[in-house]
Amino acid sequence: MNRRLSLAPWTYGFIVAFAMWIATTAYAGFDSAEATLTAALTFGAFSVLVGTGQMLVIASGPGNIDLSVPSVLTLAAYVSMTVMKGHDGMLFAGLAAAVAVGALAGLLNFLAIMFLRLPPIIATLAWSFVFQSFAFNFGGEVTLKPPAMLSAFTLWRIGGVPFMPFAVMLLTLATMAVLSRGVWGRRLLAVGQSEPAAKLAGISAGRVRLIAYCLCGVASGLAGYLLSGFSGGAALNMGDVYLLESIAVVVLGGTSVAGGQANAVGIWGAALFFNLMATMLNTFQMQAGVRFVLTGALIILIVAIVPRPRAA
Amino acid sequence: MADVMIRPTSNARPAWLSTSLQVGLPAVALVLMLAVIFWIRPTAMSYFGFTLLFKLATPLVLAALAQMLIIMLGDIDLSNGAFVGLITCITALHLGTNPLLAIALYLVAIVVYAGVGLLIQARQLPSIIVTLGMSFIWLGTAIIILPSPGGAAPGWLAGFMNWRPPFVPLPILLAIFAAILGHFVITRSSYGAILRGAGSNPRAIERASWSTTRIRVMVYAAAGLLACLSGITLTGLTTAGDPNVAPAYTLLGVGAVILGGGSFNGGIVSPVGTVIGALTLSLAGSLLSFLQVPPTWQIGAQGGILFLVLAGRVLLSEKKS
Repeated sequence: MNRRLSLAPWTYGFIVAFAMWIATTAYAGFDSAEATLTAALTFGAFSVLVGTGQMLVIASGPGNIDLSVPSVLTLAAYVSMTVMKGHDGMLFAGLAAAVAVGALAGLLNFLAIMFLRLPPIIATLAWSFVFQSFAFNFGGEVTLKPPAMLSAFTLWRIGGVPFMPFAVMLLTLATMAVLSRGVWGRRLLAVGQSEPAAKLAGISAGRVRLIAYCLCGVASGLAGYLLSGFSGGAALNMGDVYLLESIAVVVLGGTSVAGGQANAVGIWGAALFFNLMATMLNTFQMQAGVRFVLTGALIILIVAIVPRPRAA
Repeated sequence: MADVMIRPTSNARPAWLSTSLQVGLPAVALVLMLAVIFWIRPTAMSYFGFTLLFKLATPLVLAALAQMLIIMLGDIDLSNGAFVGLITCITALHLGTNPLLAIALYLVAIVVYAGVGLLIQARQLPSIIVTLGMSFIWLGTAIIILPSPGGAAPGWLAGFMNWRPPFVPLPILLAIFAAILGHFVITRSSYGAILRGAGSNPRAIERASWSTTRIRVMVYAAAGLLACLSGITLTGLTTAGDPNVAPAYTLLGVGAVILGGGSFNGGIVSPVGTVIGALTLSLAGSLLSFLQVPPTWQIGAQGGILFLVLAGRVLLSEKKS
């Protein structure tokens, strides 16, 4: 194979994202460059958060996927907003509530997969219906307002650099460390590559997957908590876009859907690509339909041209 | 090359029994739901009642069968619902005024569907992400040609969907027809066995000198055709086109296939089971409103029904060693 062309798969997202940033800046003027990038980083941080959780689940073996991400995100946002009732003092109680909702959702997903022997797609889909109902009964059509401090936190800048994307980057680094060095991370990839082999090596596949689903739930819950602070409250449809986006950023980021192989950095490239493309097409004043078509075409194009690691 | 798993034949149920269990389970669920509905509202047990209860089942049955073909190959189609939405737009805009144009557009759409199959096969891509991309493309195209819901179904189409054939209501008649046709093509015919084989053991099919590329292209085209029919019948029911009319079909279709005994591993699908699964899912909504479940809990209760029916599989299935 031509050495020159064999760029790592996950770099493509960054390259395309960078090209879009240049194109947007060229069109809208140089002044907008920094604002465009900040917005993409901030929105991208949410995609990366849910994507990282989804990646852990997808890496845990063929067929594993979590379709309950948007409903867990929404439910966690509603529960934490209800707990905090807009008081700054309850900030950590709300955070704990969001994390607890996420972990519980992950546990329920795993139990349905394990004991009802359902395919993960169906189990997490059925639970997502249930979670949606709960969210609906918590707040209904009303948007629950976040505490002022939470909103301030999501927009917080240190020396002009937005803090939240930075924190999510640290999370990405931590995930990379866990996957390459941590015992659980190695086990996760081992189970994903070959469950029988992992079992023969004495790994409890069930426990490894349980933690993956719980972490995915927690990531979704956390995203719901932060997103409701960022966007001014919990709303019923706040999670909808993350159903497809969480899957897309993981696969475009170079993680194999066959499991057993994960790439945390790549998610950032794909997430920036997604958000910068939305900005770019908005700047070009494309109509919504054209935007969708181009999004879809680019997803397929990137997947089709990027050399992929051989599935085990 | 130990790809082939040899199942122990002792203690295993005979093949006919496990297939009838696969199909039987959603059928039992369907009968139970009907029993509850008739118990609450005995007047529903009539020709008219059946027509109303299953009114919206026809497009879902067709979409589920389309999904079944894809799952048969071990793939999954996340673009199914968006595609049905696009077809309703084409139907509402053109089928009445310019039928030739509409048919040409259907053909183009089906060819694109086949092209997706070709791309997935040729580059060995994960179907989940390619069809995810396609779902954006179908939705976008639908929004471009019909930005807001509108258009009108041709009179004959709406008339056909409201047609009352003697004795058996139309949705039931079409479901039975689809189930029988699917049964003979996929489950009983020798070519059906090849198709299922392409999903469960593509290498074996290749060695038997069948082209898996041709199979995948043809199956994707057939799925496109079924999804097309789903969109056309749906337009006949709603009498308008709407890009966002059917996003739920994607996952409901997957649910129906699995309810009907299908497996994501490929090769194991049942057309009869899928049709019954789709009927069960479309009846679940009616059942919940008959039980006077508050609207805010209805979607959650649908998740519960999905669990209940599928939990039955665990009770009935053979223990895996």
